[in-house]
Amino acid sequence: MSDFDQAYSPEEMMVVAASRLLEPDDVVFIGIGLPSKAANLARKTHAPELSMIYESGTLDTKPTVLPLSIGDPELSRTAKALVSVPEMFNYWLQGGWIRTGFLGAAQIDRFGNLNSTVIGDYRKPKVRLPGAGGAPEIASFCHRTLVLLRQNPRTFVEKLDFMTTVGMLDGGGSRKDLKVPGNGPQAVITDLGILEPDAESGELVLTHLHPGVSVEAAIESTSWPLKVAEKLVETVEPSEEELAILRSLVPTEKSNVAELIPSTADLE
Amino acid sequence: MTEFLELTEAIQRHVTPGCSVAAEGFTHLIPHAAGAEIIRQDIRHLTLIRMTPDIIFDQLIGMGCADKLVFSWGGNPGVGSLFRLRDAYENGVPHDMEFEEHAHAGMANAYAAGAAGMPCAFFKGYRGTQYPEVNPKIRFIQCPFTGEELTVIPAHRPDVAIIHAQRADRQGNIWMTGILGAQKEAVLAAKRSIVTVEEIVDSVDESSGGTVVPRWAVDVVCEAPLGAFPSYAEGFYDRSNFFYQKWGEVSREYDRFREWMENYLMASEDFTHYLARLKEDGYV
Repeated sequence: MSDFDQAYSPEEMMVVAASRLLEPDDVVFIGIGLPSKAANLARKTHAPELSMIYESGTLDTKPTVLPLSIGDPELSRTAKALVSVPEMFNYWLQGGWIRTGFLGAAQIDRFGNLNSTVIGDYRKPKVRLPGAGGAPEIASFCHRTLVLLRQNPRTFVEKLDFMTTVGMLDGGGSRKDLKVPGNGPQAVITDLGILEPDAESGELVLTHLHPGVSVEAAIESTSWPLKVAEKLVETVEPSEEELAILRSLVPTEKSNVAELIPSTADLE
Repeated sequence: MTEFLELTEAIQRHVTPGCSVAAEGFTHLIPHAAGAEIIRQDIRHLTLIRMTPDIIFDQLIGMGCADKLVFSWGGNPGVGSLFRLRDAYENGVPHDMEFEEHAHAGMANAYAAGAAGMPCAFFKGYRGTQYPEVNPKIRFIQCPFTGEELTVIPAHRPDVAIIHAQRADRQGNIWMTGILGAQKEAVLAAKRSIVTVEEIVDSVDESSGGTVVPRWAVDVVCEAPLGAFPSYAEGFYDRSNFFYQKWGEVSREYDRFREWMENYLMASEDFTHYLARLKEDGYV
Protein backbone atom coordinates (compact mmCIF):
# COMPACT_ATOMS: atom_id res chain seq x y z
CA MET A 1 0.00 0.00 0.00
CA SER A 2 1.46 3.37 -0.98
CA ASP A 3 1.59 6.36 1.35
CA PHE A 4 -1.32 7.97 -0.48
CA ASP A 5 -3.53 4.88 0.09
CA GLN A 6 -3.13 5.34 3.81
CA ALA A 7 -3.89 9.02 3.59
CA TYR A 8 -7.68 8.48 3.74
CA SER A 9 -9.95 6.19 5.72
CA PRO A 10 -12.51 3.73 4.26
CA GLU A 11 -15.25 5.96 5.69
CA GLU A 12 -13.82 8.99 3.90
CA MET A 13 -13.73 7.03 0.63
CA MET A 14 -17.37 6.05 1.17
CA VAL A 15 -18.53 9.61 1.81
CA VAL A 16 -16.57 10.99 -1.16
CA ALA A 17 -17.91 8.27 -3.50
CA ALA A 18 -21.46 9.03 -2.32
CA SER A 19 -21.08 12.77 -2.76
CA ARG A 20 -20.07 12.29 -6.40
CA LEU A 21 -23.39 10.57 -7.15
CA LEU A 22 -25.33 13.77 -6.48
CA GLU A 23 -25.91 15.67 -9.69
CA PRO A 24 -24.93 19.36 -9.91
CA ASP A 25 -28.58 20.45 -10.01
CA ASP A 26 -29.94 17.69 -7.76
CA VAL A 27 -32.79 18.24 -5.31
CA VAL A 28 -31.93 16.04 -2.35
CA PHE A 29 -33.75 15.09 0.84
CA ILE A 30 -30.99 14.41 3.34
CA GLY A 31 -30.83 12.05 6.31
CA ILE A 32 -28.59 12.97 9.24
CA GLY A 33 -25.09 11.52 9.69
CA LEU A 34 -23.01 10.38 6.74
CA PRO A 35 -25.58 11.34 4.04
CA SER A 36 -25.52 14.88 5.41
CA LYS A 37 -21.72 14.91 5.28
CA ALA A 38 -21.73 13.64 1.69
CA ALA A 39 -24.33 16.17 0.53
CA ASN A 40 -22.48 19.07 2.16
CA LEU A 41 -19.28 17.88 0.50
CA ALA A 42 -21.01 17.75 -2.90
CA ARG A 43 -22.30 21.31 -2.50
CA LYS A 44 -18.79 22.52 -1.69
CA THR A 45 -17.21 20.69 -4.65
CA HIS A 46 -19.01 19.80 -7.90
CA ALA A 47 -22.58 20.75 -7.01
CA PRO A 48 -22.72 24.34 -5.74
CA GLU A 49 -26.32 24.66 -6.94
CA LEU A 50 -27.45 21.54 -5.04
CA SER A 51 -30.87 22.00 -3.42
CA MET A 52 -30.53 20.56 0.05
CA ILE A 53 -33.66 19.68 1.97
CA TYR A 54 -33.86 18.51 5.58
CA GLU A 55 -37.04 17.07 7.07
CA SER A 56 -37.29 19.84 9.68
CA GLY A 57 -38.77 21.95 6.88
CA THR A 58 -35.69 23.70 5.51
CA LEU A 59 -35.87 24.02 1.70
CA ASP A 60 -32.73 24.89 -0.27
CA THR A 61 -30.55 25.38 2.76
CA LYS A 62 -26.87 26.32 2.42
CA PRO A 63 -25.13 25.58 5.72
CA THR A 64 -21.56 26.85 6.08
CA VAL A 65 -20.82 24.39 8.91
CA LEU A 66 -22.00 20.78 9.16
CA PRO A 67 -25.27 20.53 11.12
CA LEU A 68 -25.33 18.03 14.03
CA SER A 69 -29.11 17.60 13.83
CA ILE A 70 -31.59 17.93 10.96
CA GLY A 71 -32.87 21.16 12.52
CA ASP A 72 -29.75 23.07 13.58
CA PRO A 73 -30.03 26.88 13.58
CA GLU A 74 -27.49 26.91 10.75
CA LEU A 75 -30.04 25.16 8.51
CA SER A 76 -32.96 27.48 9.23
CA ARG A 77 -30.86 30.64 8.94
CA THR A 78 -29.53 29.70 5.52
CA ALA A 79 -32.75 28.22 4.05
CA LYS A 80 -34.59 29.77 1.10
CA ALA A 81 -37.87 28.70 2.64
CA LEU A 82 -39.06 27.24 5.93
CA VAL A 83 -42.17 25.08 5.91
CA SER A 84 -44.00 23.13 8.61
CA VAL A 85 -43.35 19.42 9.00
CA PRO A 86 -46.84 18.41 7.76
CA GLU A 87 -46.27 20.56 4.65
CA MET A 88 -42.79 19.08 4.18
CA PHE A 89 -44.04 15.51 4.12
CA ASN A 90 -47.35 16.05 2.33
CA TYR A 91 -46.73 18.68 -0.35
CA TRP A 92 -43.03 18.50 -1.07
CA LEU A 93 -42.25 14.83 -0.46
CA GLN A 94 -45.52 12.94 -1.12
CA GLY A 95 -46.31 15.44 -3.87
CA GLY A 96 -43.32 14.14 -5.80
CA TRP A 97 -41.19 17.29 -5.92
CA ILE A 98 -37.94 15.80 -4.63
CA ARG A 99 -35.57 13.98 -6.94
CA THR A 100 -33.12 12.19 -4.66
CA GLY A 101 -33.50 10.68 -1.19
CA PHE A 102 -30.26 10.12 0.69
CA LEU A 103 -30.45 7.61 3.55
CA GLY A 104 -28.42 5.55 5.98
CA ALA A 105 -29.61 2.39 7.78
CA ALA A 106 -28.52 -0.31 10.25
CA GLN A 107 -29.34 -3.26 7.95
CA ILE A 108 -29.89 -3.75 4.23
CA ASP A 109 -30.95 -6.85 2.28
CA ARG A 110 -30.21 -7.95 -1.30
CA PHE A 111 -33.10 -5.88 -2.66
CA GLY A 112 -32.03 -2.69 -0.93
CA ASN A 113 -34.77 -2.82 1.71
CA LEU A 114 -33.69 -1.11 4.94
CA ASN A 115 -34.01 -1.59 8.68
CA SER A 116 -33.47 1.27 11.11
CA THR A 117 -35.96 0.13 13.77
CA VAL A 118 -34.69 -2.83 15.82
CA ILE A 119 -31.98 -5.50 15.90
CA GLY A 120 -33.69 -8.71 16.97
CA ASP A 121 -37.39 -9.19 17.69
CA TYR A 122 -39.56 -6.06 17.50
CA ARG A 123 -41.14 -6.59 20.93
CA LYS A 124 -37.98 -7.79 22.68
CA PRO A 125 -35.06 -6.49 20.63
CA LYS A 126 -31.36 -6.84 21.30
CA VAL A 127 -30.99 -3.20 20.25
CA ARG A 128 -33.73 -0.62 19.97
CA LEU A 129 -32.68 1.71 17.12
CA PRO A 130 -34.15 5.21 16.61
CA GLY A 131 -36.82 4.04 14.13
CA ALA A 132 -38.30 5.28 10.90
CA GLY A 133 -38.19 9.08 11.02
CA GLY A 134 -38.78 10.19 7.45
CA ALA A 135 -37.15 7.18 5.78
CA PRO A 136 -40.15 5.09 4.55
CA GLU A 137 -41.75 8.01 2.73
CA ILE A 138 -38.43 9.44 1.48
CA ALA A 139 -37.75 6.07 -0.19
CA SER A 140 -41.30 5.88 -1.56
CA PHE A 141 -41.66 9.35 -3.07
CA CYS A 142 -38.21 10.59 -4.10
CA HIS A 143 -37.53 9.68 -7.72
CA ARG A 144 -34.43 7.75 -6.67
CA THR A 145 -32.76 6.76 -3.42
CA LEU A 146 -29.07 6.60 -2.53
CA VAL A 147 -28.12 4.53 0.51
CA LEU A 148 -24.94 4.95 2.50
CA LEU A 149 -23.80 2.33 5.05
CA ARG A 150 -20.80 0.26 6.09
CA GLN A 151 -20.60 -3.21 4.58
CA ASN A 152 -20.17 -6.19 6.90
CA PRO A 153 -22.12 -9.39 7.65
CA ARG A 154 -24.11 -7.66 10.41
CA THR A 155 -25.30 -4.84 8.13
CA PHE A 156 -25.62 -6.75 4.82
CA VAL A 157 -28.08 -9.42 5.97
CA GLU A 158 -29.98 -12.31 4.40
CA LYS A 159 -33.18 -11.19 6.11
CA LEU A 160 -33.94 -7.84 7.77
CA ASP A 161 -34.98 -7.95 11.43
CA PHE A 162 -37.62 -5.35 10.52
CA MET A 163 -38.76 -3.79 7.24
CA THR A 164 -38.60 -0.07 8.01
CA THR A 165 -38.13 1.18 4.46
CA VAL A 166 -38.91 -0.47 1.14
CA GLY A 167 -36.25 -0.69 -1.54
CA MET A 168 -37.01 -3.14 -4.37
CA LEU A 169 -39.20 -5.18 -1.95
CA ASP A 170 -39.00 -8.81 -3.25
CA GLY A 171 -37.42 -7.82 -6.55
CA GLY A 172 -38.89 -8.13 -10.04
CA GLY A 173 -42.02 -5.97 -10.37
CA SER A 174 -42.94 -6.20 -6.67
CA ARG A 175 -42.04 -2.60 -5.86
CA LYS A 176 -44.16 -1.33 -8.76
CA ASP A 177 -47.11 -3.37 -7.45
CA LEU A 178 -47.00 -1.31 -4.25
CA LYS A 179 -47.91 1.74 -6.36
CA VAL A 180 -45.13 3.89 -4.94
CA PRO A 181 -44.00 6.41 -7.54
CA GLY A 182 -40.24 6.53 -6.90
CA ASN A 183 -37.81 4.19 -8.62
CA GLY A 184 -36.22 3.00 -5.39
CA PRO A 185 -32.54 2.58 -4.54
CA GLN A 186 -30.25 3.38 -7.47
CA ALA A 187 -26.95 2.96 -5.61
CA VAL A 188 -25.72 1.65 -2.27
CA ILE A 189 -22.40 3.20 -1.34
CA THR A 190 -20.31 1.37 1.26
CA ASP A 191 -16.80 1.50 2.69
CA LEU A 192 -15.84 -1.27 0.20
CA GLY A 193 -17.53 -0.23 -3.04
CA ILE A 194 -20.82 0.57 -4.76
CA LEU A 195 -23.76 -1.75 -5.44
CA GLU A 196 -26.51 -1.07 -7.97
CA PRO A 197 -29.78 -2.93 -8.53
CA ASP A 198 -30.04 -5.22 -11.56
CA ALA A 199 -32.49 -3.71 -14.05
CA GLU A 200 -34.57 -6.92 -14.26
CA SER A 201 -34.38 -8.67 -10.90
CA GLY A 202 -33.81 -5.60 -8.72
CA GLU A 203 -31.10 -7.48 -6.80
CA LEU A 204 -28.06 -5.46 -5.75
CA VAL A 205 -24.94 -6.14 -7.82
CA LEU A 206 -21.43 -5.04 -6.86
CA THR A 207 -20.38 -2.66 -9.64
CA HIS A 208 -17.54 -0.62 -8.11
CA LEU A 209 -14.71 -1.43 -5.72
CA HIS A 210 -12.77 1.21 -3.82
CA PRO A 211 -8.98 1.20 -4.32
CA GLY A 212 -7.24 -1.57 -2.41
CA VAL A 213 -10.44 -3.56 -1.70
CA SER A 214 -10.69 -7.12 -3.06
CA VAL A 215 -13.80 -8.77 -4.49
CA GLU A 216 -13.33 -11.49 -1.87
CA ALA A 217 -13.51 -8.91 0.92
CA ALA A 218 -16.80 -7.59 -0.47
CA ILE A 219 -18.22 -11.11 -0.79
CA GLU A 220 -17.13 -12.05 2.74
CA SER A 221 -18.72 -8.89 4.09
CA THR A 222 -22.11 -9.81 2.66
CA SER A 223 -24.42 -12.40 4.26
CA TRP A 224 -26.13 -13.33 1.00
CA PRO A 225 -24.27 -14.71 -2.08
CA LEU A 226 -23.21 -11.38 -3.55
CA LYS A 227 -23.58 -10.89 -7.31
CA VAL A 228 -20.59 -9.20 -8.93
CA ALA A 229 -20.67 -7.26 -12.21
CA GLU A 230 -18.63 -8.67 -15.09
CA LYS A 231 -16.78 -5.40 -15.42
CA LEU A 232 -15.92 -4.02 -12.01
CA VAL A 233 -14.96 -0.37 -11.94
CA GLU A 234 -12.35 0.91 -9.50
CA THR A 235 -13.52 4.04 -7.68
CA VAL A 236 -11.33 7.09 -8.17
CA GLU A 237 -9.49 7.94 -4.96
CA PRO A 238 -10.53 11.05 -3.06
CA SER A 239 -8.74 14.14 -4.37
CA GLU A 240 -6.78 16.33 -2.01
CA GLU A 241 -9.50 18.96 -2.37
CA GLU A 242 -12.28 16.51 -1.53
CA LEU A 243 -10.40 15.28 1.53
CA ALA A 244 -9.56 18.78 2.74
CA ILE A 245 -13.19 19.90 2.47
CA LEU A 246 -14.53 16.69 3.99
CA ARG A 247 -12.24 17.06 7.00
CA SER A 248 -13.34 20.65 7.49
CA LEU A 249 -16.95 19.49 7.81
CA VAL A 250 -17.31 19.24 11.57
CA PRO A 251 -20.44 20.09 13.55
CA THR A 252 -20.02 23.19 15.66
CA GLU A 253 -19.97 22.97 19.44
CA LYS A 254 -20.13 26.74 19.63
CA SER A 255 -23.28 28.19 21.11
CA ASN A 256 -23.97 31.59 22.62
CA VAL A 257 -26.27 30.06 25.23
CA ALA A 258 -23.56 29.79 27.89
CA GLU A 259 -23.18 33.59 27.86
CA LEU A 260 -26.90 34.00 28.49
CA ILE A 261 -27.18 31.59 31.42
CA PRO A 262 -26.61 33.40 34.72
CA SER A 263 -24.01 32.11 37.14
CA THR A 264 -25.25 30.59 40.40
CA ALA A 265 -23.72 33.56 42.27
CA ASP A 266 -25.91 35.97 40.26
CA LEU A 267 -29.01 34.12 41.39
CA GLU A 268 -28.34 34.48 45.11
CA MET B 1 -59.32 33.69 27.44
CA THR B 2 -55.57 33.20 27.77
CA GLU B 3 -54.31 32.90 31.31
CA PHE B 4 -50.84 34.04 32.31
CA LEU B 5 -49.49 31.66 34.93
CA GLU B 6 -46.23 30.71 36.57
CA LEU B 7 -44.95 27.51 34.93
CA THR B 8 -45.31 25.61 38.22
CA GLU B 9 -49.01 26.39 38.47
CA ALA B 10 -49.67 25.82 34.76
CA ILE B 11 -48.23 22.31 34.92
CA GLN B 12 -49.95 21.51 38.22
CA ARG B 13 -53.36 22.53 36.92
CA HIS B 14 -53.21 21.21 33.37
CA VAL B 15 -50.89 18.18 33.32
CA THR B 16 -52.76 15.72 35.52
CA PRO B 17 -51.71 12.13 36.28
CA GLY B 18 -52.72 9.78 33.47
CA CYS B 19 -53.33 12.44 30.83
CA SER B 20 -51.88 12.54 27.31
CA VAL B 21 -49.30 15.24 26.63
CA ALA B 22 -48.03 16.29 23.21
CA ALA B 23 -44.83 18.35 23.43
CA GLU B 24 -43.76 19.54 20.00
CA GLY B 25 -40.87 21.53 18.56
CA PHE B 26 -38.84 19.88 15.79
CA THR B 27 -35.24 20.21 17.03
CA HIS B 28 -36.02 23.93 17.49
CA LEU B 29 -38.08 25.36 20.41
CA ILE B 30 -38.38 22.10 22.36
CA PRO B 31 -40.26 22.91 25.59
CA HIS B 32 -37.62 21.60 28.00
CA ALA B 33 -38.50 23.90 30.93
CA ALA B 34 -42.05 22.51 30.93
CA GLY B 35 -40.73 18.93 30.74
CA ALA B 36 -38.44 19.60 33.70
CA GLU B 37 -41.38 20.98 35.69
CA ILE B 38 -43.44 17.82 35.04
CA ILE B 39 -40.52 15.79 36.39
CA ARG B 40 -40.14 18.03 39.44
CA GLN B 41 -43.83 17.58 40.26
CA ASP B 42 -43.48 13.81 39.71
CA ILE B 43 -46.62 13.60 37.56
CA ARG B 44 -47.00 9.98 36.48
CA HIS B 45 -48.83 7.57 34.16
CA LEU B 46 -48.59 10.03 31.27
CA THR B 47 -49.00 9.20 27.59
CA LEU B 48 -46.21 11.19 25.96
CA ILE B 49 -46.61 12.18 22.31
CA ARG B 50 -43.75 13.65 20.28
CA MET B 51 -42.25 13.04 16.82
CA THR B 52 -38.68 13.01 18.16
CA PRO B 53 -38.63 12.16 21.90
CA ASP B 54 -35.29 13.95 22.29
CA ILE B 55 -33.72 14.65 25.71
CA ILE B 56 -37.01 16.07 27.06
CA PHE B 57 -38.79 12.69 26.87
CA ASP B 58 -35.63 10.68 27.64
CA GLN B 59 -35.62 12.47 31.01
CA LEU B 60 -39.36 11.97 31.59
CA ILE B 61 -39.15 8.26 30.68
CA GLY B 62 -36.08 7.67 32.85
CA MET B 63 -37.74 9.38 35.82
CA GLY B 64 -40.75 7.08 35.50
CA CYS B 65 -43.36 9.67 34.43
CA ALA B 66 -44.53 7.84 31.29
CA ASP B 67 -46.76 4.79 30.82
CA LYS B 68 -46.87 5.14 27.06
CA LEU B 69 -44.82 6.78 24.31
CA VAL B 70 -46.16 7.75 20.86
CA PHE B 71 -43.24 8.66 18.58
CA SER B 72 -41.59 8.43 15.17
CA TRP B 73 -37.81 8.80 15.67
CA GLY B 74 -36.20 8.03 19.02
CA GLY B 75 -32.54 8.96 18.73
CA ASN B 76 -30.21 11.67 20.02
CA PRO B 77 -29.86 13.67 16.77
CA GLY B 78 -26.38 13.36 15.28
CA VAL B 79 -25.09 11.70 18.47
CA GLY B 80 -26.67 8.24 18.75
CA SER B 81 -29.05 6.60 21.21
CA LEU B 82 -31.53 7.99 23.70
CA PHE B 83 -30.42 5.55 26.39
CA ARG B 84 -33.35 6.00 28.78
CA LEU B 85 -35.83 5.33 25.96
CA ARG B 86 -33.79 2.30 24.89
CA ASP B 87 -33.55 0.96 28.44
CA ALA B 88 -37.32 1.27 28.88
CA TYR B 89 -37.97 -0.45 25.55
CA GLU B 90 -35.31 -3.17 25.84
CA ASN B 91 -35.34 -3.87 29.60
CA GLY B 92 -38.45 -2.26 31.09
CA VAL B 93 -36.35 0.21 33.14
CA PRO B 94 -37.67 1.87 35.30
CA HIS B 95 -40.93 0.10 34.37
CA ASP B 96 -42.64 -1.52 31.37
CA MET B 97 -44.17 0.94 28.95
CA GLU B 98 -46.42 0.79 25.93
CA PHE B 99 -44.92 2.06 22.66
CA GLU B 100 -46.96 3.29 19.70
CA GLU B 101 -44.60 3.75 16.80
CA HIS B 102 -45.08 5.78 13.65
CA ALA B 103 -43.00 7.34 10.88
CA HIS B 104 -42.73 11.15 10.68
CA ALA B 105 -45.30 11.36 7.87
CA GLY B 106 -47.81 9.49 10.04
CA MET B 107 -47.24 11.67 13.10
CA ALA B 108 -47.40 14.90 11.08
CA ASN B 109 -50.63 13.81 9.43
CA ALA B 110 -52.19 12.69 12.74
CA TYR B 111 -51.56 16.16 14.21
CA ALA B 112 -52.86 17.91 11.10
CA ALA B 113 -56.02 15.78 11.18
CA GLY B 114 -56.52 16.62 14.85
CA ALA B 115 -56.11 20.32 14.09
CA ALA B 116 -58.65 20.04 11.26
CA GLY B 117 -61.24 18.31 13.42
CA MET B 118 -60.99 15.08 11.42
CA PRO B 119 -61.34 11.64 13.06
CA CYS B 120 -58.45 10.32 11.00
CA ALA B 121 -55.74 11.28 8.56
CA PHE B 122 -55.37 9.78 5.12
CA PHE B 123 -52.17 9.80 3.12
CA LYS B 124 -49.88 7.40 1.22
CA GLY B 125 -47.35 6.35 3.88
CA TYR B 126 -45.98 3.04 5.21
CA ARG B 127 -46.49 1.12 1.95
CA GLY B 128 -44.70 -2.22 2.05
CA THR B 129 -43.24 -1.64 5.52
CA GLN B 130 -43.80 -3.76 8.64
CA TYR B 131 -45.26 -0.86 10.64
CA PRO B 132 -48.90 -1.87 10.04
CA GLU B 133 -48.05 -5.27 11.64
CA VAL B 134 -46.85 -3.69 14.88
CA ASN B 135 -49.17 -0.67 15.07
CA PRO B 136 -52.84 -1.69 14.61
CA LYS B 137 -53.78 1.99 14.20
CA ILE B 138 -52.18 2.00 10.74
CA ARG B 139 -54.90 0.79 8.35
CA PHE B 140 -55.81 1.07 4.69
CA ILE B 141 -58.95 2.19 2.86
CA GLN B 142 -59.89 2.53 -0.76
CA CYS B 143 -60.30 5.98 -2.31
CA PRO B 144 -64.00 6.13 -3.40
CA PHE B 145 -63.08 8.16 -6.49
CA THR B 146 -59.97 6.49 -7.88
CA GLY B 147 -59.92 3.11 -6.14
CA GLU B 148 -56.38 3.78 -4.95
CA GLU B 149 -55.44 2.26 -1.60
CA LEU B 150 -54.79 4.97 1.01
CA THR B 151 -53.24 4.80 4.47
CA VAL B 152 -55.37 5.95 7.42
CA ILE B 153 -54.44 6.57 11.03
CA PRO B 154 -56.51 8.13 13.83
CA ALA B 155 -56.04 11.85 14.52
CA HIS B 156 -53.96 12.87 17.53
CA ARG B 157 -56.23 14.51 20.12
CA PRO B 158 -53.96 15.01 23.13
CA ASP B 159 -55.37 16.26 26.44
CA VAL B 160 -52.62 18.88 26.59
CA ALA B 161 -50.22 20.33 24.03
CA ILE B 162 -47.10 22.10 25.24
CA ILE B 163 -44.92 24.21 22.95
CA HIS B 164 -42.24 26.85 23.40
CA ALA B 165 -42.20 30.10 21.38
CA GLN B 166 -40.06 33.19 21.16
CA ARG B 167 -42.70 35.72 22.25
CA ALA B 168 -46.22 36.33 23.43
CA ASP B 169 -47.88 39.72 23.76
CA ARG B 170 -49.93 40.68 26.83
CA GLN B 171 -53.10 39.36 25.21
CA GLY B 172 -51.48 35.95 24.62
CA ASN B 173 -50.89 36.08 20.87
CA ILE B 174 -48.00 33.72 20.11
CA TRP B 175 -45.19 34.82 17.83
CA MET B 176 -42.70 32.30 16.45
CA THR B 177 -40.07 32.26 13.75
CA GLY B 178 -37.62 29.68 12.39
CA ILE B 179 -38.37 25.95 12.15
CA LEU B 180 -41.98 25.48 13.29
CA GLY B 181 -42.28 21.68 13.09
CA ALA B 182 -45.80 20.54 13.96
CA GLN B 183 -46.28 22.98 16.85
CA LYS B 184 -49.31 24.84 15.55
CA GLU B 185 -50.98 21.55 14.61
CA ALA B 186 -50.31 20.10 18.09
CA VAL B 187 -51.86 23.15 19.80
CA LEU B 188 -54.95 23.11 17.59
CA ALA B 189 -55.37 19.33 17.96
CA ALA B 190 -55.21 19.40 21.77
CA LYS B 191 -58.04 19.91 24.25
CA ARG B 192 -55.93 22.53 26.07
CA SER B 193 -52.57 24.17 25.45
CA ILE B 194 -49.66 25.61 27.38
CA VAL B 195 -47.20 27.88 25.58
CA THR B 196 -43.94 28.79 27.29
CA VAL B 197 -42.17 31.82 25.82
CA GLU B 198 -38.78 33.49 25.98
CA GLU B 199 -40.42 36.83 26.72
CA ILE B 200 -43.77 38.52 27.14
CA VAL B 201 -43.88 41.87 25.33
CA ASP B 202 -46.39 44.71 24.96
CA SER B 203 -46.96 43.88 21.32
CA VAL B 204 -45.47 41.37 18.90
CA ASP B 205 -44.29 42.24 15.42
CA GLU B 206 -47.52 42.14 13.44
CA SER B 207 -46.01 43.01 10.07
CA SER B 208 -46.70 40.20 7.59
CA GLY B 209 -49.05 38.54 10.08
CA GLY B 210 -46.26 37.56 12.45
CA THR B 211 -48.58 35.90 14.97
CA VAL B 212 -48.51 32.13 14.51
CA VAL B 213 -51.22 31.25 17.05
CA PRO B 214 -53.79 33.93 18.04
CA ARG B 215 -54.73 34.36 21.71
CA TRP B 216 -58.15 32.71 21.43
CA ALA B 217 -56.50 29.41 20.50
CA VAL B 218 -54.14 29.41 23.52
CA ASP B 219 -55.13 28.51 27.09
CA VAL B 220 -52.05 29.31 29.13
CA VAL B 221 -48.91 31.39 28.55
CA CYS B 222 -45.88 31.13 30.86
CA GLU B 223 -42.68 33.10 30.70
CA ALA B 224 -39.73 30.68 30.64
CA PRO B 225 -36.52 32.34 29.46
CA LEU B 226 -34.00 29.86 28.00
CA GLY B 227 -36.87 27.37 28.29
CA ALA B 228 -35.87 25.43 25.17
CA PHE B 229 -32.32 24.64 26.37
CA PRO B 230 -30.49 22.47 25.21
CA SER B 231 -32.60 23.01 22.09
CA TYR B 232 -32.66 26.57 20.80
CA ALA B 233 -34.77 29.65 20.17
CA GLU B 234 -33.93 31.35 16.87
CA GLY B 235 -32.98 34.96 17.50
CA PHE B 236 -32.34 34.30 21.20
CA TYR B 237 -29.78 31.50 21.59
CA ASP B 238 -28.17 28.60 19.71
CA ARG B 239 -28.63 24.88 20.15
CA SER B 240 -26.18 23.43 22.66
CA ASN B 241 -24.73 20.65 20.53
CA PHE B 242 -22.22 20.26 23.36
CA PHE B 243 -24.96 19.31 25.85
CA TYR B 244 -26.55 16.87 23.38
CA GLN B 245 -23.16 15.15 23.13
CA LYS B 246 -22.70 15.21 26.93
CA TRP B 247 -26.18 13.71 27.40
CA GLY B 248 -24.93 10.44 25.94
CA GLU B 249 -22.49 10.02 28.87
CA VAL B 250 -24.93 11.22 31.51
CA SER B 251 -27.78 8.97 30.45
CA ARG B 252 -26.03 5.74 29.44
CA GLU B 253 -26.35 3.98 32.82
CA TYR B 254 -29.59 4.24 34.82
CA ASP B 255 -27.88 4.77 38.18
CA ARG B 256 -25.70 7.60 36.95
CA PHE B 257 -28.66 9.20 35.16
CA ARG B 258 -30.77 9.02 38.32
CA GLU B 259 -28.05 10.51 40.47
CA TRP B 260 -27.44 13.27 37.91
CA MET B 261 -31.14 14.12 37.70
CA GLU B 262 -31.46 14.23 41.51
CA ASN B 263 -28.36 16.36 41.83
CA TYR B 264 -29.08 18.84 39.03
CA LEU B 265 -32.74 18.92 38.04
CA MET B 266 -34.50 17.89 41.27
CA ALA B 267 -32.24 19.80 43.65
CA SER B 268 -32.45 23.07 41.71
CA GLU B 269 -34.97 25.74 42.70
CA ASP B 270 -36.20 26.30 39.16
CA PHE B 271 -35.16 25.88 35.51
CA THR B 272 -32.85 28.94 35.53
CA HIS B 273 -31.07 27.67 38.64
CA TYR B 274 -30.73 24.22 36.98
CA LEU B 275 -29.11 25.85 33.94
CA ALA B 276 -26.79 27.93 36.12
CA ARG B 277 -25.63 24.79 37.91
CA LEU B 278 -25.09 22.98 34.59
CA LYS B 279 -22.98 25.90 33.41
CA GLU B 280 -20.98 25.94 36.64
CA ASP B 281 -20.13 22.25 36.26
CA GLY B 282 -19.12 22.40 32.59
CA TYR B 283 -22.20 20.87 30.93
CA VAL B 284 -22.85 23.92 28.72
